[in-house]
Amino acid sequence: MNTRNVGTWIAIVVVLLGFATVWRLQQKIDVQFAALHEERDEMLLRSGKLVKLLSLEYSPLIANLYWTRVVQYYGEKQRTHDTNLEELWPLLDATTTIDPQLLIPYRFGSTFLSEPKPRGAGRPDLAVRLIERGIRENPEYWRFYQDLGNIYYFDLKDYQKASEAFRTGGEKPGAHFWMKSMAAKIAAEGESLETSLLLWKDIYETAKDPDVRKNAGIHIQLLNAELDCKRIDGLVDEYSKRHGRHPSRISELVQAGLLPRVPVDPVGHPYVLDENGKAQLSVDSPLLEQQLMNPFLRHDSPPS
Amino acid sequence: MATAAIEIENLTKDYPSGFLDTKKKRSLENLTMQVETGEVFGFLGPNGAGKSTTIKLLMGLIFPTAGTARILGKSISDIEMHQDIGYLPEQPYFYDYLTAAEVLDYFARFHNLKSADRRERVDRMLKKVGLDTARKIQLRKYSKGMLQRVGLAQAVLHDPKVVVLDEPMSGLDPVGRREVRDIILELKREGKTVLFSTHILPDAEMLCDRVGVIVGGKLRGIGAPGEIVGMKAEGMEILFELAAHGPSAAALLSKATRTGDRFRLHVAEDELYGAIDQLRSAGARILSVVQVKPSLEEYFMHLVEAGRAQASAVEVSGK
Amino acid sequence: MKRSGIVALNTFREAVRDRVLYSLVFFALMMMAAAVVVGQISIGIEESVMVNLGLSAISVIGILIAIFIGVGLVHKEMDKRTLFALLAKPVRRWEFLLGKFAGLLLTLLVNTLAMAAGLFLALLYVKHSLERSDLVIVVAVYFILLKLGIIVALALLFSCYTTPLLATLYTAALYVAGLFATDLRSFHSDKMSPALAKSAVAISYLLPNFENFNVMAAAAHARHVPGELIFQNTVYAAVYCALLLIIASLVFSRRNLK
Repeated sequence: MNTRNVGTWIAIVVVLLGFATVWRLQQKIDVQFAALHEERDEMLLRSGKLVKLLSLEYSPLIANLYWTRVVQYYGEKQRTHDTNLEELWPLLDATTTIDPQLLIPYRFGSTFLSEPKPRGAGRPDLAVRLIERGIRENPEYWRFYQDLGNIYYFDLKDYQKASEAFRTGGEKPGAHFWMKSMAAKIAAEGESLETSLLLWKDIYETAKDPDVRKNAGIHIQLLNAELDCKRIDGLVDEYSKRHGRHPSRISELVQAGLLPRVPVDPVGHPYVLDENGKAQLSVDSPLLEQQLMNPFLRHDSPPS
Repeated sequence: MATAAIEIENLTKDYPSGFLDTKKKRSLENLTMQVETGEVFGFLGPNGAGKSTTIKLLMGLIFPTAGTARILGKSISDIEMHQDIGYLPEQPYFYDYLTAAEVLDYFARFHNLKSADRRERVDRMLKKVGLDTARKIQLRKYSKGMLQRVGLAQAVLHDPKVVVLDEPMSGLDPVGRREVRDIILELKREGKTVLFSTHILPDAEMLCDRVGVIVGGKLRGIGAPGEIVGMKAEGMEILFELAAHGPSAAALLSKATRTGDRFRLHVAEDELYGAIDQLRSAGARILSVVQVKPSLEEYFMHLVEAGRAQASAVEVSGK
Repeated sequence: MKRSGIVALNTFREAVRDRVLYSLVFFALMMMAAAVVVGQISIGIEESVMVNLGLSAISVIGILIAIFIGVGLVHKEMDKRTLFALLAKPVRRWEFLLGKFAGLLLTLLVNTLAMAAGLFLALLYVKHSLERSDLVIVVAVYFILLKLGIIVALALLFSCYTTPLLATLYTAALYVAGLFATDLRSFHSDKMSPALAKSAVAISYLLPNFENFNVMAAAAHARHVPGELIFQNTVYAAVYCALLLIIASLVFSRRNLK
């Protein structure tokens, strides 16, 4: 029996070594595949209708599987800083075809299909299509109107349609009261910093999907930075009136007593003044990168 | 000194049983025995006694909990030893999509035979077990008896030194049983060692040089069929004819069993000659005088009953 | 080794005489014909649709055969007791397993080659000539065979200690899990503990990664597959199969046959 035991132990050691080899090999193969620049065939079956047929009574479960795929797809793209999100729409289209009553893909899609690159696919038209399907299939869900309104307001700049969306949504059961007033405000003013902040804040506070929440958070930070810069600009004008020239640095505003201390942006970096005296984000601030990618956010200066 | 063909020492086998396999069922306990080269040895015992377990342990199909065994001097875990042994499993079943010739050829390939030799042996075996005409028919169409014969053929085809047969007569009609008996005798004539298990006692008595009786996982007795019992001869039986009888033998006659004109009378051994004289003077014609011994069957039943009593005693005591 | 060959040839013979195999292969050939038809409808991409459909058929049929025959490889012999007579012969248990594995693999090889030949004929019919770039289809078929090898080894392993039904479930589950192995690696969630995340990564590397063998896109668009990848996949499949067979041997060598 002893030789048998020895044989067993040897076999176990070989198996463990074997799995280590498998690990190493897999890493090498992954490198090869990446080098092939293969856009992985994201979906086994592209036709949502076909899949729905095949799933029989399990379509909600299959839709969940597809939804998981969406999350992983998006996460992988973000992780590798790949801005090519062209598979997002087909994936979401399939998911919502298989189970039209699954709400979360619509909400995710309305944010990330319309959001410009790099965080989204930059296709607000597809986002509208998705949400309109959501509304068709779930007509009493007021949040879809909120999402629709957001798409028109932020990415399509169609304030009339945005206002309509908020108004219609405001009349649905369970809608929050601000929807109606938001409709009126947008109809009157169009785009404004205040409105934008309110809209993003609501998403930030109520969104369950972590990616959506994170995205809203970034927008809020940028908008707050905007507001801060506007206020600082106001103080710069005040300074100019008093001293006949604009200040060259923010510290001069502090010395002049207009500010208690050098203000910092939402991520903690101090604001700076450019050579024309306009307030802006410091070069070191990570928010600057985000802002540069969304040139339309600074709406009081013409997009460059 | 010649080693015995099969040596078994303290062979024990436990099986897990009960819910979640936590308990142990001991199906064989401390079996120690030997099968001498060239002898025909019979394993006797009721169902579940441990005969098949022992055989499967010898063949390496199951593994002992304790103890060792050797066949032809080599350990049972030595696979090469299987070159020289043949095995017929209980209720054999073979690949039903193959024909008899294909099955024999398949099994024969594992023994290092040249292909011409192998073909010749397959032919010879098929004829020997009477399956030559059915050789091209797929086994799925075979009767149980035919399958048994295929099994026997594959067990002896390679001319093994030791042949182990698990219930070789089961499922056979008397003609089939006779054929198997003849084959076993032929094996013995060829000097092979044969171990087989059975519960057909007359076969065992007729064929075996020695038998081992296993009941409840334990070896209860081992020896030649005639002497294993330990029960002594119970006297003599006189078979005689008596047309008319006078008063002289009346006492004896009253103890005899009568069938027509024939009588059977049991007497103690030391009273034999006195009784014969009495009967002769009464005018009886003595037909035969035979020793009365308990048969293997009676011994067997006795053991089984004792075993059952022990088992139920154990149950009652709640162990 | 030679004894494994004996078992292998017998396993092959058994599969060949099993009529189920023929219906599956027939079905596959039907698929090829369908592919030709479908190809005519989708204008401009006939070839890639055909190659896709054809390779998919070969893959699916192969997997079905691998699993359904694989899970019975050992169990059937144990259940029907044919194994008793066999193991009494001078053949080791691992030699028996290796033979079973090789036998089914041989069966799959023959089937796959037949179906691939069908695919090439269909392609020839549509394209009227074959180019050098079509060789990538051969690579795709080779990769399918490697994948089938791993699946057979898995099925064989489970066949050693459980019933065909459970073995089918386990093998199918591991196949699906293996398809998502790469995804598991990028699985991230704020709610997951670091230990769970690390385990997920570990499992993602140890699961048989069947995506490695998927070059259907390349085959459909006549793109080149680098020799390096072919070599690595071959080694991967060989190592993985060997591992599974070793584990199966360990399990089976200890098994008491009832």
